[in-house]
Amino acid sequence: MSLQVALFFLFGIGAIATAIGTITRRNPVAAAVNLIAHFFMLAGLYLTLEAQLLAVLQILVYAGAIMVLVVFVIMLLNLGDDRALREQFTVRKVVGVVLAAMFMLQVGVLINAQPTGATSLAPTAASLGTAESIGQALFTQYLFPFEAISLLLLAALVGAIILAKRKVE
Amino acid sequence: MNLQSIPLDWYLIVAAVLFTIGVVGVVTRRNAIVVFMAIEMMLNSVNLVFVSFAQFLGDIAGQIFVLFVMAVAAGEAAIGLAIVLALFRNKRTVYVDEVNVLKW
Repeated sequence: MSLQVALFFLFGIGAIATAIGTITRRNPVAAAVNLIAHFFMLAGLYLTLEAQLLAVLQILVYAGAIMVLVVFVIMLLNLGDDRALREQFTVRKVVGVVLAAMFMLQVGVLINAQPTGATSLAPTAASLGTAESIGQALFTQYLFPFEAISLLLLAALVGAIILAKRKVE
Repeated sequence: MNLQSIPLDWYLIVAAVLFTIGVVGVVTRRNAIVVFMAIEMMLNSVNLVFVSFAQFLGDIAGQIFVLFVMAVAAGEAAIGLAIVLALFRNKRTVYVDEVNVLKW
């Protein structure tokens, strides 16, 4: 087994385990910590794919920014423990799990029926993942979507302030 | 089993499993914040598919898309959590099945 294969199993199994942890923990803070670990595992998977810049951005944006916001909101709401224990096993959950299992089965059948046949990374993969090549594509070919996304972020900023304000007069 | 490198299909299977776990989280959990985290997980599994295809096909477009998905997820996080805060302020609950004002 080469190093890439070993790391794939380490991060892949880690990502799945922490994902299951996220949706099964009753305490929202425990779920958030599991999700932070999950984002680190995904960054590791990106590294096995030789996408260095995205691995760093994954940690900076998701684990650094978004999860801090989530933990902050959990702290602001300050839910008591008695309410945290009110997750119950219901018919709806069984139906949800069965539907998800069917979805998983369908995706598995699709991947199995039409294998992509790609067995190794493209020879140019390592040079694709650098900040240089991504920046070059982002500021030439994808300049318009890049500017549009900045407008979207501005709109989200204004929207979040309006929504979270105490009183709208 | 003697593997030199990981085939693309394996990354796709991992991403499919992560997406399914996210779906289970959205459907079964009642806490709005945990539902929100499960949605982030689903977005991330799609990102994994984008990156794997970009790196196996040697096309930069997949990685650019991941950047855009990250930006949209950041905006979604800000808006979604602001909605949860406003909801808690008005209804004193973050449990999605206790909020039924839109149900006629």
